[in-house]
Amino acid sequence: MIANGKVHKYGDNIDTDVIIPARHLNTSDPEELKLYCMQDIDADFVKNVKVGDIMVAGKNFGCGSSREHAPIAIKASGISCIIAESFARIFYRNAINIGLPIIESPEAARAISAGETVSVDFDKGEIIAGGQTFTVPPFPPFIQNIIKHGGLLNAIKNG
Amino acid sequence: MTMTQKVLASHAGLDKVVAGQLIEANLDMVLGNDITAPVAINEMEKAGLNSVFSTTKISLVMDHFTPNKDIKAAEQCKKVREFARKHGIVNFFDVGEMGIEHALLPEKGIVKAGDCIIGADSHTCTYGALGAFSTGVGSTDMAAGMATGKAWFKVPGAIKFNLVGKFSENVSGKDLILHIIGKIGVDGALYKSMEFCGDGVANLTMDDRLCVANMAIEAGAKNGIFPVDEKTVAYMTKAGVTDYKVFTPDTDAEYDEEMTIDLAALKPTVSFPHLPENTKTLDEIGERIAIDQVVIGSCTNGWLSDLEVAAKVLNGKKVAKGMRCIIIPGTQQIYLDALRSGFIETFIEAGAVVSTPTCGPCLGGHTGILAAGERAVATTNRNFVGRMGHTESEVYLASPYVAANVALTGYLG
Repeated sequence: MIANGKVHKYGDNIDTDVIIPARHLNTSDPEELKLYCMQDIDADFVKNVKVGDIMVAGKNFGCGSSREHAPIAIKASGISCIIAESFARIFYRNAINIGLPIIESPEAARAISAGETVSVDFDKGEIIAGGQTFTVPPFPPFIQNIIKHGGLLNAIKNG
Repeated sequence: MTMTQKVLASHAGLDKVVAGQLIEANLDMVLGNDITAPVAINEMEKAGLNSVFSTTKISLVMDHFTPNKDIKAAEQCKKVREFARKHGIVNFFDVGEMGIEHALLPEKGIVKAGDCIIGADSHTCTYGALGAFSTGVGSTDMAAGMATGKAWFKVPGAIKFNLVGKFSENVSGKDLILHIIGKIGVDGALYKSMEFCGDGVANLTMDDRLCVANMAIEAGAKNGIFPVDEKTVAYMTKAGVTDYKVFTPDTDAEYDEEMTIDLAALKPTVSFPHLPENTKTLDEIGERIAIDQVVIGSCTNGWLSDLEVAAKVLNGKKVAKGMRCIIIPGTQQIYLDALRSGFIETFIEAGAVVSTPTCGPCLGGHTGILAAGERAVATTNRNFVGRMGHTESEVYLASPYVAANVALTGYLG
């Protein structure tokens, strides 16, 4: 699997309240949630994002509330992959569980700039940005199986 | 093994686990609320998972946008209500019975020492105060948990907090946890357990412990956990619990870090906008910050003892002119106890308003939203940008003692 897209870059401790503010949690429809994605930190994100784009952030991305609406909104907005220095643990689980690819790579997250075009090869575990290649360790087989099935529930259903 | 690792090993049917190991554990409780459960129900239905693993080990609490704030919120609650009815979910709590989930479940004896619990709410870590392994997850994990009674975990390492001494007057569990988060940062315990131990634990009330474990997530932790002692047993007995299990850490348990905290050295502490780690003690503030609203409540500080502290401060006095003081008991029982103790009368006479239990303003849901440029001092748990309303509003986190005093003067510091 390969992702290729333009980078939207954010800082440290991006919390789920700014990814999708609670005032919009009276719905669970991805198509509606994506209209408000990143609204409280980047009002232009929804206008600028294109299908396949990549989100890059600093440490502790997705901290705070456990709302799965956050990765759902990001995924529905068209983002193909999130690269961060580190992820908050509930967000990390949620992203994997709904089949949104995420990569923890402090080196890549620090080196990549906003607006750059980045390519990610999930099978090889490579991030290619601005002529530089960053390698990342593969997910453990257990998590690979969830990703292969397109999410946790499908993995359970298909045994 | 640490205390957390022992609870996890026991629920995974293993003699031993080590940090970093991936395990599948049996769950004693799966929790969801009116925001997260509808997503889980949708996911279950989409995947064709049509049955639940237990009718007694699932709790559904309608607490965030209830009593329903708008039509969409009402539709979400309706979805959960119908699901609960269809599957015969015993622990379904609607308006009238519901409280803020993390205050309600311990009070009802639904969670207990030795349990392995997941909840689709980040503050599910609260139940670690009772000696349970309890952690927040998302809606898909909740759906899988409801269908199978199992969840996957990466076994966490731990930071050990050795508590010694006793709080000074007007210092509480809230000051302890804000102090810790200020010290280690909002990702200081990322992926780890926060294990509390030491002679000082005995000097913490159960409400203090519940408050401390509640905010473990604000340091990025997977869970916070306290040892079980006489106070824990008395609390659980009052809640009607008999079948609890006590796990103690091995004497040679390995910890990633250890930290000793002298409770007597702590002072009233405040988290400044916009991260819980931006802490200052009251005497470090050095300026007078005008405050528009005070909120006393939430799953962090909506306990009866919190209302008692606030009532003592407000008794016979008036909330400052122009100040809006909102007080929200954690559960119906706490509300009733506060009423019978005269606290509610004190609040109303002081010019505060008292709301039915709800998460309400804590997450910027309803019942106390801030306009641009407004500032609140709240006993809640998060002060992120826009958390209580407008992105240009500010939230300062503090204890009920500090918040009630701000309500009287209209100023912090």
